[in-house]
Amino acid sequence: MRPFTYERARTPAEAAAAANRNPAAKFIAGGTNLLDLMKLQIEVPSHLIDVNGLGLDRIEATPEGGLRIGALVRNTDLAADERVRRDYGVLTRALLAGATGQLRNKATTAGNLLQRTRCPYFYDTNMACNKRQPGSGCSAIGGVTRHLAVIGMSEACIATHPSDMAVAMRALDAVVETVRPDGTTRSIPMAEFHRLPGDTPHIETALGRGEFITAVTLPPPLGGRQFYRKVRDRASYAFALVSVAAVVQPDGTGRVALGGVAHKPWRVEAAEAELPRGAKPAMAAILNGARPTHENAFKVTLAERALASVLSEARG
Amino acid sequence: MKFDTPATGNPIDQLKVVGKPLDRIDGPLKTTGTAPYAYERHDVAADQAYGFVLGAAIAKGRINAIDTAPARRAPGVLAVVTTLDMPPLEKGKMNTATLFGGPDIQHYHQAVAVVVAETFEQARDAAALIRVDYARQPGRYDLAAEAPKAELVPGDSGEGSGAPPEDRFGDFEGAFAAAPVKLDETYTTPDESHAAMEPHATVAAWEGDKLTLWTSNQMIAWGKRDVATTLGIPAENVRLDSPYVGGGFGGKLFLRADAVLAALGAKAARRPVKLALTRPLVANNTTHRPATIQRIRIGADRDGKITAIAHESTSGDLEGGGPETAVSQTKLLYAGANRLTAMRLAVLDLPEGNAMRAPGEAPGMMALEIAMDEMAERLGIDPVEFRIINDTQVDPEHPERRFSQRQLVQCLRQGAERFGWANRNPTPGQRREGRWLIGMGVAAGFRNNLLTKSAARVRLDGQGVVTVETDMTDIGTGSYTIIAQTAAEMMGVGLDKVSVRLGDSSFPASAGSGGQWGANNSTAGVYAACMKLREAVAQRLGFNSAEAEFADGQVRAGNRTVPLGQAAGGDGLVAEDVIEYGDLAKRYQQSTFAGHFVEVGVDALTGETRVRRMLAVCAAGRILNPKSARSQVIGAMTMGVGAALIEELAVDKRLGFFVNHDLAGYEVPVHADIPHQEVIFLDEVDPMSSPMKAKGVGELGLCGVGGAIANAIHNATGIRVRNYPITLDKLIDKLPQPV
Repeated sequence: MRPFTYERARTPAEAAAAANRNPAAKFIAGGTNLLDLMKLQIEVPSHLIDVNGLGLDRIEATPEGGLRIGALVRNTDLAADERVRRDYGVLTRALLAGATGQLRNKATTAGNLLQRTRCPYFYDTNMACNKRQPGSGCSAIGGVTRHLAVIGMSEACIATHPSDMAVAMRALDAVVETVRPDGTTRSIPMAEFHRLPGDTPHIETALGRGEFITAVTLPPPLGGRQFYRKVRDRASYAFALVSVAAVVQPDGTGRVALGGVAHKPWRVEAAEAELPRGAKPAMAAILNGARPTHENAFKVTLAERALASVLSEARG
Repeated sequence: MKFDTPATGNPIDQLKVVGKPLDRIDGPLKTTGTAPYAYERHDVAADQAYGFVLGAAIAKGRINAIDTAPARRAPGVLAVVTTLDMPPLEKGKMNTATLFGGPDIQHYHQAVAVVVAETFEQARDAAALIRVDYARQPGRYDLAAEAPKAELVPGDSGEGSGAPPEDRFGDFEGAFAAAPVKLDETYTTPDESHAAMEPHATVAAWEGDKLTLWTSNQMIAWGKRDVATTLGIPAENVRLDSPYVGGGFGGKLFLRADAVLAALGAKAARRPVKLALTRPLVANNTTHRPATIQRIRIGADRDGKITAIAHESTSGDLEGGGPETAVSQTKLLYAGANRLTAMRLAVLDLPEGNAMRAPGEAPGMMALEIAMDEMAERLGIDPVEFRIINDTQVDPEHPERRFSQRQLVQCLRQGAERFGWANRNPTPGQRREGRWLIGMGVAAGFRNNLLTKSAARVRLDGQGVVTVETDMTDIGTGSYTIIAQTAAEMMGVGLDKVSVRLGDSSFPASAGSGGQWGANNSTAGVYAACMKLREAVAQRLGFNSAEAEFADGQVRAGNRTVPLGQAAGGDGLVAEDVIEYGDLAKRYQQSTFAGHFVEVGVDALTGETRVRRMLAVCAAGRILNPKSARSQVIGAMTMGVGAALIEELAVDKRLGFFVNHDLAGYEVPVHADIPHQEVIFLDEVDPMSSPMKAKGVGELGLCGVGGAIANAIHNATGIRVRNYPITLDKLIDKLPQPV
């Protein structure tokens, strides 16, 4: 961990302006990922802007009938919120499938979206990694890839996004609310928030310089039965091999997003028309174009079977 | 005390304190966080600086140059020592890889420098500023690729399992060819990490040419010897102190880089230095359990009697290393006139392979016990019965040697009854509960019992308090408690009148903690010292020692009763002795046995396996403390779940390192993975083992668990997986199609 300076921001706009002034600055909220990365010098901010005191820790109803989740709402509180539990079960289930109680007590909504990949080659600073050091190459390609991406990857990066929460939010068509250094605000649909790696895997989101997340908005409830099926090697405290966030309506239509397969929560809206026909055609459409390695080819089968499990439960 | 004839009646047989399920006496210290572990020895030396070890960035090659200038200029830095500052250090007797010195890189994360600074953060930051210029060389990292070149080698784990390069009895090939039912299969086990909670850590301080290391080590006497060898200083100038060890599992049997670099850093900085290996360095800088490729052939008559059995194992290690002794148990576990074992060793450039809990038997039993299950299936015989049919009460290679005790059949029978084995459907894939396919599996458990000399000193003071001093370690196993129980029993006092001091090399040298030999041998050493103390007490009181009775804090002879403390007088009494062994272990095969029973559920769609129930029935001599012994066995069973289902150091075969080198990547079981566990100890005393009549249990609880889980998965699904760990990707293509 390199020495850094520290300030507490007083307003979201001020936080954004402070970040804009210093390109080597980082926001810190729960710190559950950033501090680990700083200790390993994967992240080397020279300045930390503490945003915990901004009062963005409330969950409010929107005029449209949805919910506006403050950026600083802790994962534990979000999962436990009565409205979330009642109307957005997929989100509560995804949150509770992630990390541990202790981490969820610290981790925030915006921080969860911004957590970085757990690719082991990203974490080992002796290894080439285009995400950590642009242009250095990707040592994961051709290496140990069991946990890595099967779709949407590039010649530069095959990392996955580790979040469970973001997968549920993608299924729910959540919208990320931000403020920019000039004080203007914008709304970024979840579909556009995370990026595929392409040639620039170090650029992971649509956020501009200094841009600060203030909230995530959920549209009005979708109804239906909501599932988050996370499949992993051990029963708890592990990242997903594959996860399926699904909202299934009584007529068999619905939505599906996948975790553990790509650089971002993976959803193909056009493929959802296949859902009433079953898991096999639906997953074939969702993962159309997948290019797994011999080590992670099982993820394609697993995704289909995990969806079959969800659909069977939805029917049952 | 020489133990060379079978034990007869002795004071331990009173079982007033020994054999009771007492709480650990160090429990309150552990649960309140006040047991001082190595990195927390803030009080032992003033002015401690912090060390940080830099590991090599390549797996094989040579260092051309190291630029330390930016690191030396960094804030707070007191000293930087690099591997180029000295020739390769001498290797300790137990080390394969050179721990430090010289330009050659033998494995990834080999220590190349240590930075000493005022704070931990400064040391870590400065280490990141060191620039190392490497010349990379090609290495051998793929066991399967190197296996054809592997040569026959002998091996001895040093922990009770060993075998010659090739061992033959009868005519294996002939008998196997003639057998009407046979099996010839290959099984693999992966590299595994000890993954102890406490990383390797040391505080080092020099006083003149005398070095003290407050460290975390299982084997104090070995450590002291190897520190002296490695640093080239006289052993009498070295002191190790390791009263609490936060898990070892074999990873702390030997001197490792933490102790060496703390000592070198302290010398360079002229300050005491505190240092811990980072989690990645624990995986790649220290030792691991090596991967194996095991071929097993079994031939049997149609009635299930084994006529031919062969077990051959190939593993890899650095040049000069040894094989994983995975065939050893096959020499002893089952009957059969025609036998073959062989071990081959491939040279690999991965980090050093070495002992991990039950070296040899742990991976060997994982393979053998699947093979036995497969054989039972081919024979159409229940797998419990098949093992019973092939029980032997003598060493099958040397029938003149009997087992001192062997209750494998009782373990299996009682386990089967207790577990409800009769409800198991022998046809796989038949039992379903909702989304879960349910299956049961069995395996034998087997681990040898080792006799090794162990010394202790006991002091008696005027208050009647007995203090035991021995360099024995408590690595979470309960040594403090069973040693206190032994002394209390011997001297006729309550546990509150016993104080136990462990882990200091200034104390008499014990057996140490390894190879499940610690409990029996270290308490036998305390027994020997206490016998001497009883003698001294009787003498001082003018009692005939044969008549003196030690009970209730008093000594009685005839009609005279004297408080024990009175015998100590003002100066106290001290006695020291060592238990040494004759040839009972040669004349009788001493082993421990278990029946492991497991029920699993396998998700019919996703292939996730969850263990539902586990039972171990153990026969392991006298159980000194059923509570701490049970804790050892359930901990081992948990480790067995990890080995069967999750644990694997993933090898990057191009770059030559274990990729998943932290606890997020190297997954061990969490609470949610572990179901109800039951342990039963059969009544057994083994007069051949020691005056304690005890044997070890700490590794027995692991040996066989993996096989039982694999067999349960087969019973649940009909899928036979022969490559551990049995992760869902190895099942998913063979599970029933979703409807």
